[in-house]
Amino acid sequence: MIETLRRWKERGIHVWLLACALVSIATTAGIIWVLASESVKFFVHVSPFEFYFGTRWAPLMEPRHFGVIPLIGGTFLVAAGALIVSLPVGLASAIYLSEYASPRLRNLLKPILEILAGIPTVVYGYFAVTFITPHVLRPLFPNVEIFNAASAAIVVGIMIIPTISSLCDDAFRAVPRSLREAGYALSATKLEVSTRIVLPAAMSGVVAAVLLGLARAVGETMAVTLAAGMTPNLTLNPFVSVQTLTAYMVQVSQGDTPAGTIEYQTIFAVGMTLFLITLAINLVAQRVLARFREVYE
Amino acid sequence: MSVQATQATFVPRLGARRAIGSAFHLFCVLMLLLAVAALGILLVRVVMDGWAWLSMQFLTSFPSILNPESGGIKHALHGTIWLIVLTGVVSVPLGIGAAVYLQEYASSNRLTRFIQLNIANLAGVPSIVYGILGLAVFVRSLALGRSVIAGALTMSLLILPVIIIASKEALAAVPNSIRLAAYALGATRWQVVRHHVLPAAAPGIMTGIILALSRAIGEAAPLIMLGALNYVPFVPTGLTSPFSALPIQIFSWTGLPQPEFHHLAAAAIIVLLAVLLTMNAVAIGIRMYQQKDRL
Repeated sequence: MIETLRRWKERGIHVWLLACALVSIATTAGIIWVLASESVKFFVHVSPFEFYFGTRWAPLMEPRHFGVIPLIGGTFLVAAGALIVSLPVGLASAIYLSEYASPRLRNLLKPILEILAGIPTVVYGYFAVTFITPHVLRPLFPNVEIFNAASAAIVVGIMIIPTISSLCDDAFRAVPRSLREAGYALSATKLEVSTRIVLPAAMSGVVAAVLLGLARAVGETMAVTLAAGMTPNLTLNPFVSVQTLTAYMVQVSQGDTPAGTIEYQTIFAVGMTLFLITLAINLVAQRVLARFREVYE
Repeated sequence: MSVQATQATFVPRLGARRAIGSAFHLFCVLMLLLAVAALGILLVRVVMDGWAWLSMQFLTSFPSILNPESGGIKHALHGTIWLIVLTGVVSVPLGIGAAVYLQEYASSNRLTRFIQLNIANLAGVPSIVYGILGLAVFVRSLALGRSVIAGALTMSLLILPVIIIASKEALAAVPNSIRLAAYALGATRWQVVRHHVLPAAAPGIMTGIILALSRAIGEAAPLIMLGALNYVPFVPTGLTSPFSALPIQIFSWTGLPQPEFHHLAAAAIIVLLAVLLTMNAVAIGIRMYQQKDRL
Protein backbone atom coordinates (compact mmCIF):
# COMPACT_ATOMS: atom_id res chain seq x y z
CA MET A 1 0.00 0.00 0.00
CA ILE A 2 2.65 2.47 1.08
CA GLU A 3 4.75 1.18 -1.78
CA THR A 4 2.00 2.06 -4.32
CA LEU A 5 1.46 5.48 -2.78
CA ARG A 6 5.16 6.13 -2.99
CA ARG A 7 5.28 5.09 -6.60
CA TRP A 8 2.42 7.44 -7.45
CA LYS A 9 4.14 10.29 -5.67
CA GLU A 10 7.31 9.62 -7.62
CA ARG A 11 5.36 9.57 -10.87
CA GLY A 12 3.60 12.81 -9.98
CA ILE A 13 6.88 14.55 -9.23
CA HIS A 14 8.36 13.26 -12.48
CA VAL A 15 5.45 14.69 -14.46
CA TRP A 16 5.63 18.02 -12.59
CA LEU A 17 9.35 18.38 -13.31
CA LEU A 18 8.78 17.54 -16.97
CA ALA A 19 6.10 20.22 -17.06
CA CYS A 20 8.64 22.76 -15.73
CA ALA A 21 11.03 21.81 -18.52
CA LEU A 22 8.28 22.10 -21.10
CA VAL A 23 7.64 25.74 -20.12
CA SER A 24 10.67 26.64 -22.23
CA ILE A 25 9.15 24.91 -25.26
CA ALA A 26 5.88 26.72 -24.60
CA THR A 27 7.77 30.02 -24.45
CA THR A 28 9.37 29.44 -27.84
CA ALA A 29 6.08 28.28 -29.32
CA GLY A 30 4.38 31.34 -27.83
CA ILE A 31 6.95 33.75 -29.26
CA ILE A 32 6.69 32.23 -32.72
CA TRP A 33 2.89 32.05 -32.61
CA VAL A 34 2.44 35.64 -31.42
CA LEU A 35 4.93 37.07 -33.91
CA ALA A 36 3.62 35.02 -36.83
CA SER A 37 -0.12 35.48 -36.26
CA GLU A 38 0.06 39.27 -35.81
CA SER A 39 2.55 39.64 -38.66
CA VAL A 40 0.17 37.80 -40.97
CA LYS A 41 -2.51 40.38 -40.15
CA PHE A 42 0.01 43.11 -40.94
CA PHE A 43 0.98 41.56 -44.25
CA VAL A 44 -2.66 41.56 -45.32
CA HIS A 45 -2.44 45.37 -45.43
CA VAL A 46 1.16 45.78 -46.49
CA SER A 47 2.80 43.49 -49.00
CA PRO A 48 5.92 41.68 -47.72
CA PHE A 49 7.68 43.02 -50.79
CA GLU A 50 7.05 46.63 -49.74
CA PHE A 51 8.02 45.81 -46.16
CA TYR A 52 11.32 44.05 -46.85
CA PHE A 53 12.49 46.06 -49.86
CA GLY A 54 11.02 49.50 -49.23
CA THR A 55 13.54 52.16 -48.29
CA ARG A 56 11.21 54.57 -46.49
CA TRP A 57 9.89 53.97 -42.99
CA ALA A 58 7.11 56.33 -41.88
CA PRO A 59 4.33 54.18 -40.41
CA LEU A 60 2.98 56.68 -37.88
CA MET A 61 2.11 59.61 -40.14
CA GLU A 62 0.50 60.20 -43.52
CA PRO A 63 1.56 59.41 -46.17
CA ARG A 64 2.56 56.09 -44.69
CA HIS A 65 5.55 54.10 -45.83
CA PHE A 66 6.34 50.64 -44.56
CA GLY A 67 9.84 49.90 -45.86
CA VAL A 68 11.85 48.33 -43.04
CA ILE A 69 15.25 48.72 -44.74
CA PRO A 70 16.11 51.98 -42.90
CA LEU A 71 15.51 50.28 -39.53
CA ILE A 72 17.64 47.27 -40.51
CA GLY A 73 20.30 49.66 -41.82
CA GLY A 74 20.28 51.61 -38.55
CA THR A 75 20.48 48.39 -36.55
CA PHE A 76 23.48 47.13 -38.46
CA LEU A 77 25.20 50.52 -38.52
CA VAL A 78 25.15 50.53 -34.72
CA ALA A 79 26.00 46.81 -34.44
CA ALA A 80 28.92 47.06 -36.87
CA GLY A 81 30.23 50.10 -35.02
CA ALA A 82 29.92 48.20 -31.76
CA LEU A 83 32.02 45.37 -33.18
CA ILE A 84 34.67 47.83 -34.38
CA VAL A 85 34.92 49.05 -30.78
CA SER A 86 34.65 45.73 -28.96
CA LEU A 87 36.56 43.37 -31.24
CA PRO A 88 40.08 44.81 -30.79
CA VAL A 89 39.52 45.47 -27.10
CA GLY A 90 37.84 42.13 -26.40
CA LEU A 91 40.28 40.04 -28.41
CA ALA A 92 43.41 41.78 -27.07
CA SER A 93 42.06 41.48 -23.52
CA ALA A 94 41.40 37.78 -24.02
CA ILE A 95 44.89 37.19 -25.43
CA TYR A 96 46.36 39.10 -22.50
CA LEU A 97 44.28 37.19 -19.93
CA SER A 98 44.99 33.74 -21.32
CA GLU A 99 48.57 34.12 -22.60
CA TYR A 100 50.27 36.88 -20.64
CA ALA A 101 48.61 37.48 -17.28
CA SER A 102 49.61 35.58 -14.16
CA PRO A 103 46.78 33.52 -12.62
CA ARG A 104 46.47 36.08 -9.83
CA LEU A 105 46.12 39.04 -12.16
CA ARG A 106 43.68 37.07 -14.28
CA ASN A 107 41.46 36.29 -11.32
CA LEU A 108 41.44 39.99 -10.50
CA LEU A 109 40.84 41.34 -14.01
CA LYS A 110 38.28 38.90 -15.36
CA PRO A 111 35.57 39.74 -12.80
CA ILE A 112 36.21 43.46 -13.34
CA LEU A 113 35.59 43.03 -17.08
CA GLU A 114 32.46 41.05 -16.33
CA ILE A 115 31.03 43.93 -14.30
CA LEU A 116 30.67 45.67 -17.68
CA ALA A 117 28.17 42.99 -18.71
CA GLY A 118 26.23 43.33 -15.45
CA ILE A 119 25.54 47.05 -15.72
CA PRO A 120 21.95 47.65 -16.89
CA THR A 121 21.79 48.79 -20.49
CA VAL A 122 19.76 51.89 -19.62
CA VAL A 123 22.82 53.08 -17.66
CA TYR A 124 24.88 52.84 -20.85
CA GLY A 125 22.21 54.93 -22.52
CA TYR A 126 22.64 57.59 -19.84
CA PHE A 127 26.42 57.41 -20.31
CA ALA A 128 26.08 57.90 -24.07
CA VAL A 129 23.73 60.86 -23.81
CA THR A 130 25.45 62.72 -20.97
CA PHE A 131 29.10 61.85 -21.58
CA ILE A 132 30.06 60.18 -24.89
CA THR A 133 28.20 62.59 -27.18
CA PRO A 134 28.84 65.95 -25.43
CA HIS A 135 32.31 65.28 -23.98
CA VAL A 136 33.95 62.78 -26.35
CA LEU A 137 32.38 63.13 -29.80
CA ARG A 138 31.50 66.84 -29.82
CA PRO A 139 35.05 68.11 -29.20
CA LEU A 140 36.37 65.84 -31.98
CA PHE A 141 33.56 66.22 -34.52
CA PRO A 142 31.71 69.51 -33.93
CA ASN A 143 28.81 68.77 -36.29
CA VAL A 144 27.71 65.56 -34.60
CA GLU A 145 23.97 65.49 -33.82
CA ILE A 146 22.61 65.22 -30.27
CA PHE A 147 21.37 61.74 -31.05
CA ASN A 148 23.80 59.78 -33.21
CA ALA A 149 24.71 56.25 -34.19
CA ALA A 150 28.35 56.65 -33.12
CA SER A 151 27.60 57.18 -29.41
CA ALA A 152 25.22 54.20 -29.47
CA ALA A 153 27.86 52.05 -31.17
CA ILE A 154 30.51 53.05 -28.61
CA VAL A 155 28.41 52.17 -25.55
CA VAL A 156 27.05 48.97 -27.09
CA GLY A 157 30.65 48.10 -27.97
CA ILE A 158 31.68 48.63 -24.34
CA MET A 159 28.87 46.43 -23.07
CA ILE A 160 29.74 43.50 -25.35
CA ILE A 161 33.47 43.57 -24.57
CA PRO A 162 32.99 40.95 -21.80
CA THR A 163 30.91 38.70 -24.09
CA ILE A 164 33.76 38.64 -26.59
CA SER A 165 36.68 38.57 -24.15
CA SER A 166 35.19 35.85 -21.95
CA LEU A 167 34.28 33.50 -24.78
CA CYS A 168 37.61 34.08 -26.59
CA ASP A 169 39.49 33.52 -23.34
CA ASP A 170 37.68 30.20 -22.86
CA ALA A 171 38.51 29.22 -26.44
CA PHE A 172 42.21 30.12 -26.00
CA ARG A 173 42.46 28.19 -22.77
CA ALA A 174 41.01 25.10 -24.44
CA VAL A 175 44.05 25.00 -26.75
CA PRO A 176 46.42 22.41 -25.30
CA ARG A 177 49.68 23.52 -23.78
CA SER A 178 51.66 21.13 -25.97
CA LEU A 179 50.91 23.23 -29.06
CA ARG A 180 52.33 26.32 -27.37
CA GLU A 181 55.36 24.41 -26.11
CA ALA A 182 56.04 23.19 -29.64
CA GLY A 183 56.04 26.79 -30.83
CA TYR A 184 58.37 27.94 -28.08
CA ALA A 185 60.68 24.99 -28.83
CA LEU A 186 61.12 26.48 -32.33
CA SER A 187 62.05 29.76 -30.63
CA ALA A 188 58.82 31.53 -31.52
CA THR A 189 58.11 34.63 -29.45
CA LYS A 190 55.00 34.93 -27.31
CA LEU A 191 53.36 37.12 -29.95
CA GLU A 192 53.98 34.48 -32.62
CA VAL A 193 52.68 31.68 -30.44
CA SER A 194 49.60 33.71 -29.56
CA THR A 195 48.68 34.88 -33.04
CA ARG A 196 49.92 32.03 -35.24
CA ILE A 197 49.28 28.97 -33.07
CA VAL A 198 46.71 29.74 -30.37
CA LEU A 199 44.49 32.09 -32.38
CA PRO A 200 44.11 29.81 -35.43
CA ALA A 201 43.56 26.79 -33.18
CA ALA A 202 40.79 28.63 -31.31
CA MET A 203 39.33 30.32 -34.40
CA SER A 204 35.93 28.62 -34.16
CA GLY A 205 35.50 29.92 -30.61
CA VAL A 206 36.57 33.43 -31.65
CA VAL A 207 34.13 33.52 -34.57
CA ALA A 208 31.31 32.24 -32.35
CA ALA A 209 32.16 34.89 -29.73
CA VAL A 210 32.00 37.64 -32.33
CA LEU A 211 28.66 36.35 -33.64
CA LEU A 212 27.15 36.17 -30.16
CA GLY A 213 28.39 39.71 -29.50
CA LEU A 214 26.79 40.80 -32.76
CA ALA A 215 23.48 39.17 -31.82
CA ARG A 216 23.52 41.04 -28.52
CA ALA A 217 24.26 44.31 -30.27
CA VAL A 218 21.41 43.78 -32.75
CA GLY A 219 18.92 43.06 -29.96
CA GLU A 220 20.11 45.86 -27.67
CA THR A 221 17.30 48.26 -26.88
CA MET A 222 17.55 50.83 -24.11
CA ALA A 223 21.01 52.27 -24.75
CA VAL A 224 20.42 52.40 -28.48
CA THR A 225 17.04 54.11 -28.14
CA LEU A 226 18.44 56.78 -25.85
CA ALA A 227 21.67 57.36 -27.78
CA ALA A 228 20.74 56.94 -31.45
CA GLY A 229 17.34 58.56 -31.35
CA MET A 230 14.18 57.95 -33.32
CA THR A 231 14.85 59.11 -36.88
CA PRO A 232 14.60 56.33 -39.46
CA ASN A 233 17.58 57.04 -41.64
CA LEU A 234 19.23 54.91 -44.28
CA THR A 235 22.79 56.15 -44.01
CA LEU A 236 26.36 55.14 -43.31
CA ASN A 237 27.08 58.42 -41.54
CA PRO A 238 27.60 57.58 -37.84
CA PHE A 239 27.14 61.18 -36.71
CA VAL A 240 23.45 61.49 -37.48
CA SER A 241 20.48 60.00 -35.71
CA VAL A 242 19.24 56.59 -36.85
CA GLN A 243 16.45 54.38 -35.63
CA THR A 244 17.01 50.69 -34.95
CA LEU A 245 14.42 47.90 -35.04
CA THR A 246 14.33 47.87 -31.24
CA ALA A 247 14.10 51.66 -30.91
CA TYR A 248 11.08 51.68 -33.20
CA MET A 249 9.29 49.17 -30.97
CA VAL A 250 10.00 51.37 -27.94
CA GLN A 251 8.70 54.42 -29.80
CA VAL A 252 5.36 52.75 -30.58
CA SER A 253 5.00 51.44 -27.01
CA GLN A 254 5.48 54.93 -25.61
CA GLY A 255 2.22 56.00 -27.16
CA ASP A 256 -1.06 54.30 -26.40
CA THR A 257 -1.59 52.14 -29.46
CA PRO A 258 -4.89 50.24 -29.54
CA ALA A 259 -4.75 46.58 -30.50
CA GLY A 260 -5.83 45.82 -34.06
CA THR A 261 -4.54 49.04 -35.63
CA ILE A 262 -1.82 48.86 -38.22
CA GLU A 263 0.60 50.72 -35.90
CA TYR A 264 0.11 47.97 -33.33
CA GLN A 265 0.73 45.29 -35.94
CA THR A 266 3.97 46.92 -37.12
CA ILE A 267 5.47 46.08 -33.70
CA PHE A 268 5.00 42.40 -34.45
CA ALA A 269 6.27 42.57 -38.02
CA VAL A 270 9.37 44.48 -36.86
CA GLY A 271 9.69 42.15 -33.85
CA MET A 272 9.60 39.12 -36.09
CA THR A 273 12.30 40.61 -38.31
CA LEU A 274 14.48 41.20 -35.25
CA PHE A 275 13.76 37.71 -33.91
CA LEU A 276 14.69 36.05 -37.21
CA ILE A 277 17.92 38.07 -37.55
CA THR A 278 19.14 37.23 -34.03
CA LEU A 279 18.02 33.60 -34.36
CA ALA A 280 19.95 33.25 -37.62
CA ILE A 281 23.10 34.75 -36.05
CA ASN A 282 22.81 32.49 -33.00
CA LEU A 283 22.27 29.37 -35.10
CA VAL A 284 25.28 30.17 -37.28
CA ALA A 285 27.35 30.68 -34.10
CA GLN A 286 26.27 27.27 -32.76
CA ARG A 287 27.03 25.70 -36.14
CA VAL A 288 30.50 27.23 -36.22
CA LEU A 289 31.20 25.91 -32.73
CA ALA A 290 29.93 22.42 -33.47
CA ARG A 291 31.39 22.07 -36.93
CA PHE A 292 34.76 23.72 -36.94
CA ARG A 293 35.83 23.02 -33.42
CA GLU A 294 39.26 21.44 -33.24
CA VAL A 295 38.99 18.63 -30.75
CA TYR A 296 42.12 18.01 -28.72
CA GLU A 297 42.72 15.09 -26.43
CA MET B 1 66.14 22.18 -53.15
CA SER B 2 63.39 24.00 -51.35
CA VAL B 3 65.00 23.00 -48.07
CA GLN B 4 68.18 24.66 -49.17
CA ALA B 5 66.28 27.74 -50.19
CA THR B 6 64.63 28.12 -46.80
CA GLN B 7 67.92 27.51 -45.06
CA ALA B 8 69.52 30.17 -47.15
CA THR B 9 66.82 32.78 -46.54
CA PHE B 10 66.05 32.13 -42.88
CA VAL B 11 67.26 34.98 -40.72
CA PRO B 12 66.18 34.73 -37.08
CA ARG B 13 65.95 38.51 -36.47
CA LEU B 14 65.27 37.61 -32.86
CA GLY B 15 65.86 41.13 -31.61
CA ALA B 16 63.30 42.68 -33.92
CA ARG B 17 60.76 39.94 -33.24
CA ARG B 18 61.13 40.36 -29.51
CA ALA B 19 60.66 44.10 -29.88
CA ILE B 20 57.46 43.59 -31.87
CA GLY B 21 56.40 41.06 -29.23
CA SER B 22 56.88 43.58 -26.44
CA ALA B 23 54.93 46.18 -28.40
CA PHE B 24 52.09 43.68 -28.77
CA HIS B 25 52.21 42.92 -25.05
CA LEU B 26 51.91 46.62 -24.37
CA PHE B 27 49.02 46.89 -26.85
CA CYS B 28 47.10 44.11 -25.09
CA VAL B 29 47.64 45.72 -21.69
CA LEU B 30 46.46 49.07 -23.07
CA MET B 31 43.32 47.54 -24.57
CA LEU B 32 42.47 45.84 -21.30
CA LEU B 33 43.12 49.06 -19.39
CA LEU B 34 40.87 50.88 -21.87
CA ALA B 35 37.99 48.56 -20.97
CA VAL B 36 38.64 48.97 -17.25
CA ALA B 37 38.94 52.74 -17.73
CA ALA B 38 35.57 52.83 -19.51
CA LEU B 39 34.01 51.15 -16.50
CA GLY B 40 35.77 53.56 -14.16
CA ILE B 41 34.75 56.68 -16.09
CA LEU B 42 31.16 55.48 -16.28
CA LEU B 43 30.93 54.91 -12.54
CA VAL B 44 32.71 58.15 -11.63
CA ARG B 45 30.49 60.17 -13.99
CA VAL B 46 27.32 58.69 -12.55
CA VAL B 47 28.39 59.31 -8.97
CA MET B 48 29.53 62.87 -9.77
CA ASP B 49 26.24 63.68 -11.50
CA GLY B 50 23.92 62.13 -8.98
CA TRP B 51 25.52 62.06 -5.55
CA ALA B 52 24.31 65.51 -4.48
CA TRP B 53 20.72 64.61 -5.39
CA LEU B 54 20.61 61.50 -3.26
CA SER B 55 18.68 61.95 -0.06
CA MET B 56 16.06 60.27 2.06
CA GLN B 57 13.52 62.50 0.37
CA PHE B 58 14.64 61.20 -3.03
CA LEU B 59 13.85 57.66 -1.95
CA THR B 60 10.50 58.46 -0.39
CA SER B 61 8.79 60.92 -2.74
CA PHE B 62 7.13 60.69 -6.10
CA PRO B 63 8.61 62.28 -9.24
CA SER B 64 7.51 65.78 -10.05
CA ILE B 65 7.57 67.32 -13.50
CA LEU B 66 7.06 70.91 -12.32
CA ASN B 67 9.52 70.75 -9.51
CA PRO B 68 12.26 68.27 -10.42
CA GLU B 69 14.41 68.98 -7.34
CA SER B 70 11.81 67.64 -4.95
CA GLY B 71 11.05 64.57 -7.08
CA GLY B 72 11.96 61.04 -6.09
CA ILE B 73 11.74 57.39 -6.91
CA LYS B 74 9.30 56.01 -4.33
CA HIS B 75 6.97 54.53 -6.95
CA ALA B 76 9.86 53.07 -8.98
CA LEU B 77 11.56 51.55 -5.95
CA HIS B 78 8.34 49.94 -4.76
CA GLY B 79 7.55 48.77 -8.29
CA THR B 80 10.97 47.17 -8.64
CA ILE B 81 10.63 45.38 -5.29
CA TRP B 82 7.17 44.05 -6.22
CA LEU B 83 8.41 43.00 -9.62
CA ILE B 84 11.49 41.17 -8.37
CA VAL B 85 9.74 39.34 -5.55
CA LEU B 86 6.99 38.14 -7.89
CA THR B 87 9.51 37.24 -10.60
CA GLY B 88 11.47 35.21 -8.07
CA VAL B 89 8.35 33.43 -6.83
CA VAL B 90 7.40 32.40 -10.37
CA SER B 91 10.77 31.71 -11.97
CA VAL B 92 12.77 30.02 -9.20
CA PRO B 93 10.58 26.90 -8.72
CA LEU B 94 10.07 26.56 -12.47
CA GLY B 95 13.75 27.00 -13.25
CA ILE B 96 15.00 24.58 -10.59
CA GLY B 97 12.29 22.08 -11.60
CA ALA B 98 13.33 22.22 -15.23
CA ALA B 99 17.01 21.89 -14.33
CA VAL B 100 16.34 18.91 -12.03
CA TYR B 101 14.33 17.26 -14.79
CA LEU B 102 17.01 17.76 -17.41
CA GLN B 103 19.93 16.79 -15.20
CA GLU B 104 18.50 14.09 -12.92
CA TYR B 105 15.43 12.60 -14.59
CA ALA B 106 15.56 12.91 -18.36
CA SER B 107 17.00 10.10 -20.39
CA SER B 108 19.09 11.16 -23.32
CA ASN B 109 16.41 11.08 -25.99
CA ARG B 110 15.17 13.38 -28.72
CA LEU B 111 12.81 15.37 -26.49
CA THR B 112 15.60 16.09 -24.00
CA ARG B 113 17.97 17.23 -26.70
CA PHE B 114 15.24 19.39 -28.19
CA ILE B 115 14.51 21.04 -24.83
CA GLN B 116 18.21 21.73 -24.26
CA LEU B 117 18.70 23.22 -27.71
CA ASN B 118 15.56 25.26 -27.21
CA ILE B 119 16.80 26.68 -23.89
CA ALA B 120 20.14 27.60 -25.46
CA ASN B 121 18.32 29.47 -28.21
CA LEU B 122 15.92 31.19 -25.81
CA ALA B 123 18.92 32.58 -23.93
CA GLY B 124 19.87 34.42 -27.13
CA VAL B 125 16.47 35.96 -27.85
CA PRO B 126 16.56 39.75 -27.34
CA SER B 127 14.74 40.87 -24.21
CA ILE B 128 12.40 43.14 -26.15
CA VAL B 129 10.97 40.09 -27.94
CA TYR B 130 9.89 38.71 -24.56
CA GLY B 131 8.16 42.04 -24.10
CA ILE B 132 6.17 41.44 -27.29
CA LEU B 133 5.20 37.99 -26.02
CA GLY B 134 4.12 39.47 -22.69
CA LEU B 135 2.15 42.22 -24.41
CA ALA B 136 0.20 39.76 -26.58
CA VAL B 137 -0.25 36.96 -24.03
CA PHE B 138 -0.34 38.46 -20.54
CA VAL B 139 -1.50 42.03 -21.14
CA ARG B 140 -4.04 41.37 -23.93
CA SER B 141 -5.08 37.69 -24.13
CA LEU B 142 -5.12 36.98 -20.39
CA ALA B 143 -6.38 40.53 -19.83
CA LEU B 144 -4.00 41.22 -16.95
CA GLY B 145 -3.50 44.73 -18.27
CA ARG B 146 -0.32 46.70 -17.65
CA SER B 147 -0.04 45.19 -14.21
CA VAL B 148 2.86 44.22 -12.01
CA ILE B 149 1.93 40.52 -12.38
CA ALA B 150 2.05 40.79 -16.18
CA GLY B 151 5.50 42.36 -15.83
CA ALA B 152 6.67 39.67 -13.41
CA LEU B 153 5.45 36.82 -15.65
CA THR B 154 7.23 38.35 -18.64
CA MET B 155 10.44 38.80 -16.63
CA SER B 156 10.17 35.21 -15.40
CA LEU B 157 10.14 33.86 -18.94
CA LEU B 158 13.11 36.10 -19.75
CA ILE B 159 15.32 34.85 -16.91
CA LEU B 160 14.20 31.20 -16.90
CA PRO B 161 16.93 30.10 -19.35
CA VAL B 162 19.57 31.78 -17.15
CA ILE B 163 18.31 30.01 -14.02
CA ILE B 164 17.98 26.65 -15.78
CA ILE B 165 21.47 26.77 -17.28
CA ALA B 166 23.11 27.81 -13.98
CA SER B 167 21.16 25.28 -11.90
CA LYS B 168 21.95 22.50 -14.35
CA GLU B 169 25.64 23.24 -14.07
CA ALA B 170 25.42 23.23 -10.28
CA LEU B 171 23.58 19.88 -10.30
CA ALA B 172 26.07 18.39 -12.76
CA ALA B 173 28.92 19.33 -10.42
CA VAL B 174 27.51 17.16 -7.60
CA PRO B 175 29.64 13.99 -7.46
CA ASN B 176 27.81 10.87 -8.56
CA SER B 177 28.99 8.96 -5.49
CA ILE B 178 26.48 10.95 -3.40
CA ARG B 179 23.61 9.74 -5.59
CA LEU B 180 24.82 6.15 -5.63
CA ALA B 181 25.23 6.08 -1.84
CA ALA B 182 21.64 7.24 -1.34
CA TYR B 183 20.26 4.79 -3.88
CA ALA B 184 22.19 2.00 -2.14
CA LEU B 185 20.24 2.78 1.02
CA GLY B 186 16.97 2.34 -0.84
CA ALA B 187 16.05 5.99 -1.44
CA THR B 188 13.71 6.78 -4.31
CA ARG B 189 14.83 9.09 -7.08
CA TRP B 190 13.00 12.08 -5.60
CA GLN B 191 14.43 11.38 -2.13
CA VAL B 192 17.91 11.31 -3.64
CA VAL B 193 17.31 14.62 -5.38
CA ARG B 194 15.48 16.32 -2.52
CA HIS B 195 17.72 15.29 0.38
CA HIS B 196 21.14 14.85 -1.20
CA VAL B 197 21.64 16.37 -4.65
CA LEU B 198 19.74 19.66 -4.19
CA PRO B 199 21.39 20.56 -0.85
CA ALA B 200 24.80 19.83 -2.33
CA ALA B 201 24.04 22.00 -5.36
CA ALA B 202 22.28 24.76 -3.38
CA PRO B 203 25.14 27.32 -3.32
CA GLY B 204 25.62 27.11 -7.08
CA ILE B 205 21.89 27.35 -7.71
CA MET B 206 21.61 30.34 -5.36
CA THR B 207 24.39 32.14 -7.22
CA GLY B 208 22.62 31.53 -10.52
CA ILE B 209 19.31 32.79 -9.14
CA ILE B 210 20.86 35.97 -7.77
CA LEU B 211 22.59 36.72 -11.06
CA ALA B 212 19.37 36.05 -12.99
CA LEU B 213 17.32 38.29 -10.69
CA SER B 214 19.90 41.06 -10.96
CA ARG B 215 19.46 40.88 -14.71
CA ALA B 216 15.70 41.26 -14.23
CA ILE B 217 16.19 44.31 -11.98
CA GLY B 218 18.14 46.14 -14.66
CA GLU B 219 15.94 45.23 -17.63
CA ALA B 220 13.62 47.90 -18.97
CA ALA B 221 12.91 46.89 -22.57
CA PRO B 222 10.31 44.16 -21.94
CA LEU B 223 8.48 46.33 -19.41
CA ILE B 224 8.32 49.21 -21.86
CA MET B 225 6.77 46.89 -24.45
CA LEU B 226 4.07 46.07 -21.89
CA GLY B 227 3.29 49.77 -21.71
CA ALA B 228 4.89 50.44 -18.34
CA LEU B 229 6.42 53.69 -19.54
CA ASN B 230 3.29 55.62 -18.69
CA TYR B 231 3.62 57.83 -15.66
CA VAL B 232 2.36 55.94 -12.62
CA PRO B 233 2.41 58.21 -9.59
CA PHE B 234 1.60 55.60 -6.96
CA VAL B 235 2.97 52.40 -5.47
CA PRO B 236 1.49 49.00 -6.37
CA THR B 237 -1.08 47.71 -3.88
CA GLY B 238 -1.85 44.34 -5.44
CA LEU B 239 -1.01 41.96 -8.24
CA THR B 240 -3.03 43.86 -10.83
CA SER B 241 -1.81 47.38 -9.96
CA PRO B 242 -0.06 49.33 -12.66
CA PHE B 243 3.58 49.89 -11.82
CA SER B 244 6.82 51.59 -12.68
CA ALA B 245 10.37 50.36 -12.08
CA LEU B 246 13.79 51.92 -11.54
CA PRO B 247 15.21 51.35 -15.04
CA ILE B 248 12.02 52.74 -16.59
CA GLN B 249 12.22 55.89 -14.48
CA ILE B 250 15.90 56.26 -15.41
CA PHE B 251 14.97 55.90 -19.08
CA SER B 252 12.26 58.57 -18.89
CA TRP B 253 14.45 61.05 -17.03
CA THR B 254 17.42 60.50 -19.35
CA GLY B 255 15.18 61.08 -22.36
CA LEU B 256 14.21 64.57 -21.16
CA PRO B 257 16.42 67.42 -22.36
CA GLN B 258 16.69 69.44 -19.10
CA PRO B 259 19.87 68.79 -17.08
CA GLU B 260 17.94 68.62 -13.76
CA PHE B 261 16.35 65.40 -14.93
CA HIS B 262 19.75 63.98 -15.86
CA HIS B 263 20.87 64.52 -12.27
CA LEU B 264 17.77 62.71 -11.05
CA ALA B 265 18.52 59.89 -13.51
CA ALA B 266 22.08 59.68 -12.16
CA ALA B 267 20.83 59.53 -8.58
CA ALA B 268 18.41 56.74 -9.53
CA ILE B 269 21.26 54.91 -11.30
CA ILE B 270 23.30 55.08 -8.07
CA VAL B 271 20.41 53.44 -6.21
CA LEU B 272 20.02 50.79 -8.92
CA LEU B 273 23.75 50.02 -9.00
CA ALA B 274 23.86 49.86 -5.20
CA VAL B 275 21.09 47.24 -5.21
CA LEU B 276 22.88 45.24 -7.91
CA LEU B 277 26.23 45.52 -6.12
CA THR B 278 24.68 44.23 -2.89
CA MET B 279 23.13 41.26 -4.69
CA ASN B 280 26.38 40.42 -6.44
CA ALA B 281 28.32 40.71 -3.19
CA VAL B 282 25.93 38.14 -1.70
CA ALA B 283 26.50 35.86 -4.69
CA ILE B 284 30.28 36.17 -4.35
CA GLY B 285 29.95 35.55 -0.61
CA ILE B 286 28.04 32.35 -1.24
CA ARG B 287 30.66 31.19 -3.74
CA MET B 288 33.51 31.84 -1.31
CA TYR B 289 31.66 30.11 1.53
CA GLN B 290 31.14 27.14 -0.72
CA GLN B 291 34.81 26.97 -1.69
CA LYS B 292 35.86 27.12 1.94
CA ASP B 293 33.42 24.34 2.73
CA ARG B 294 34.93 22.07 0.11
CA LEU B 295 38.51 22.42 1.34
